[in-house]
Amino acid sequence: MEIQSCVTILNEWDIVAARQLGRNVAKELGFGTVDQARITTAISELARNIYLYAGQGQLCIERLHEQSKTGLRIIALDKGPGIADIRKVMEDGFSTSGGLGAGLPGVRRLMDDFKIDSNPGEGTDIRAIKWLR
Amino acid sequence: MTMRIPILKLKDYLLVSIQWELDDQTALQFQEDLLTKIHETSARGVVIDITSIDFIDSFIAKVLGDVIGMSRLMGAKVVITGIQPAVAITLIELGIQLDDVMTALDLEKGLEKLQQELGD
Repeated sequence: MEIQSCVTILNEWDIVAARQLGRNVAKELGFGTVDQARITTAISELARNIYLYAGQGQLCIERLHEQSKTGLRIIALDKGPGIADIRKVMEDGFSTSGGLGAGLPGVRRLMDDFKIDSNPGEGTDIRAIKWLR
Repeated sequence: MTMRIPILKLKDYLLVSIQWELDDQTALQFQEDLLTKIHETSARGVVIDITSIDFIDSFIAKVLGDVIGMSRLMGAKVVITGIQPAVAITLIELGIQLDDVMTALDLEKGLEKLQQELGD
């Protein structure tokens, strides 16, 4: 069972809206304060990446209920320039914007599961899950 | 709709308590406001209390780190106080090290630290 809510990212205010949405859902699902902070931070980084690199896109939050597990999935979608070398952006310390936003390895560390799919010229699709412990 | 963060003067010090979630514009406005206030008041020390902040992303961390460096250039020392456990955990996991940043548990200890540093 999946319930999805989305925020369209067009400007800096939408980054705030996206993390508020994520924090509310995280609270509702019963995540503790540390995991709420992890989720909120991860959303903020991903939403900022959309704003900085793609100009616009969508940040969606899904509530996951699988068998005995409950989780939250962040989906960051854009039709921006895409990423040519995914391995490189997943290396710590790599940034094309001088340290603003970026931080995909950081987002991976904050979440339990992290998938990235991107093709140059087609956009980027990032999905990250945090499971309730 | 940029919010302004109040900056209070106490003797040679400036006190700031960030009470709500920072958006980009508010953070950048704060940077400018703090430096202007240091200039106007000749403050030698600043305490920025972030007890109410429940997360810090890389952008806010950069703005905070930058304003500390800028204040240092102007001759004022900055102490960050009230970093919550969840904030400390996520900052390190995210890979952000606020090196060379003076921190203290709370406002009171932050003021003590400033007094020591400045020899007051």
